[in-house]
Amino acid sequence: MATKKFMYLNRKASYGTVYAIESLEVVLIAAAFEQDVSLAFIDDGVYQIVEGQNTDGIGMKNFSKTFHALGDYDINKLYVSAESLEERGLTADDLMPLVYEDEDDDWEEKPSVKVVSNAELSKIMSDQDVCLSF
Amino acid sequence: MADILGAEVDEEGFLVNLGDWTEEIAVEMAKGDEIELSEEHWDVINFLRGYFEEYQIAPAVRVLTKAIGKQFGKEKGNSKYLYSLFPYGPGKQGCRFAGLPKPTGCI
Repeated sequence: MATKKFMYLNRKASYGTVYAIESLEVVLIAAAFEQDVSLAFIDDGVYQIVEGQNTDGIGMKNFSKTFHALGDYDINKLYVSAESLEERGLTADDLMPLVYEDEDDDWEEKPSVKVVSNAELSKIMSDQDVCLSF
Repeated sequence: MADILGAEVDEEGFLVNLGDWTEEIAVEMAKGDEIELSEEHWDVINFLRGYFEEYQIAPAVRVLTKAIGKQFGKEKGNSKYLYSLFPYGPGKQGCRFAGLPKPTGCI
């Protein structure tokens, strides 16, 4: 099977709509097909990977923990829009420290999250075979 | 609705309420599949429960295989070994015994 480049765009906050959790489910399912998968977080989507989420007050499952599993699924390209972070008063330090183990580098832990400008992001997007927006 | 030792299960035998799980339920489920749980089975079941606790999902078989090899030794990190323990699939059958939902991406 030929490998295609898939990018999943996450544009909405984690809770309140089903977009975020549905996107994550699709990403995990697609990972089984061993494609080249990357994720982008733009607009309110950046809230999905903010550190220290607590859903006790809304009675929903806190699925932010699941993002830590992505490295095990060989999903290690998570691009975050610098502009979207800034508009919301956030910085890279507010995000979860998501990592993966690099098989080609003695399983060294490396960061999966990369903050990029919207201009860089659009370049990365135009390089994809498939973009799915959630 | 079917139940195992009083705990409700769905049509595929998975627990409806994950909090109902006990070791006795796992033993009973295994008995239904004609399996007697060994220490090796429990290693995998406990690993699955720990993984779910940490990540809120059941791991895909590929991820499980890799992780078991890392934790319990290379000779166990392959699907042949895992299928010898769980002939109906380490993901599906293992997760059922562990009281977890069916793994995401399980096909």
